[in-house]
Amino acid sequence: MQQFFPHGIGPYLTGGLLIGAAVSFAFAMSGLITGMSTVFSSTWSYFSRLSFFQQDRFLGSRAWRLALAIGLVLGGALFLFTSAHGTTFRTGIPWWRLGVGGFIAGFGARMSNGCTSGHGICGLGSFQLPSLLAVLIFLAAAIVTAQLVAVFGGV
Amino acid sequence: MKASTVVVALITGVLFGFGLAYSSMVKPEVVLSFLRFEDFGLLLVLGGAVVVTTIAYHVLPRIMSQPVLGGAFGKHPSEMNWRTLGGAALFGIGWGLSGVCPGPAIAGLGTGNWPLLVSIGGMIVGAYVQGWLAGRGTPRC
Repeated sequence: MQQFFPHGIGPYLTGGLLIGAAVSFAFAMSGLITGMSTVFSSTWSYFSRLSFFQQDRFLGSRAWRLALAIGLVLGGALFLFTSAHGTTFRTGIPWWRLGVGGFIAGFGARMSNGCTSGHGICGLGSFQLPSLLAVLIFLAAAIVTAQLVAVFGGV
Repeated sequence: MKASTVVVALITGVLFGFGLAYSSMVKPEVVLSFLRFEDFGLLLVLGGAVVVTTIAYHVLPRIMSQPVLGGAFGKHPSEMNWRTLGGAALFGIGWGLSGVCPGPAIAGLGTGNWPLLVSIGGMIVGAYVQGWLAGRGTPRC
C-alpha cells in the first residue's frame, strides 16, 4: 500500500466522497448534471454573438453553471481557511505548460463534451459507454504525455 | 431559470470545490504524480466520487418522481462519435502536459494557487476556438 499511496489514502477517499456527495446533491435537488467544462462554453454566450454559443443548451444553463464555478472558488477558499496548515500552495509547473495545456484541454473537453467530471464522474455514474471510452482514452493520452514530459526532464 | 437552481448550483460548487481541495487535486503536481505512477490517489478520488454518484443517479429517479425543487432529472449527453473520442484524446494531452483540468483549475483559485489563472485563460480561449470551428460547419470539431 505504501508503495502505491505514499501519502496515505484518507484525504483522497474523503475528498472523492465529498465530490460524489456534491454531484448527488445537485441531482437530487434540481436534477442537474454537474460537469465542469461546459461553463467555458456557456459563459461565452454572454459575450459572443456566434450562433454556436447562442444554443439553447448554453443559454438555458449558463446562469447556474456560472454559479457552480463561483461555488468552486468559494469551496477552495473554505478549505484554505479551515485547514490546520492553511498555507497557500502555488504550483511550480512552468507557465507555458499551464497555458498550452489549458488551451488543449479546454478545446478537447469542449469538443468531447466532457472532462474528468463530465465523462469521468457524471458519465460513468450513468453507465454511458461513450463516456467510459472517453475516460480510458484521456487517461491513456495523459499518462503518455506526462511520462514523455518527465523523460525530457520536466517536473 | 429558477433562482433555486442557481442557489443549488452554488452550494454544489462549494462542496465540490472543498472536496477537490481536500483531496489535493487542485495541485497539478499531485495529478502528475498519478500520471507517472508515483501515487495512485487520484483513482481513489475518482472512484469514491463515481460510487456515490452512481448510487444517486440510479436510486433517486426510482424513489422520486422529480427532483426536490421540481423540474426533471437530467442525463449526461454523451454520444458515440469521433468528436467525443478525439476530443478526449486532446483533453488528455493537455491534462498530461499541465496537470490541470477544468474543476481543479477553478477550485484551485480559491486556495490561492494563482498560476492556475494561466490554465483557465488557456481553457477560455480553447473553448472559444472550439465553438468557432464547430459553428463553421465543415470540418466540424
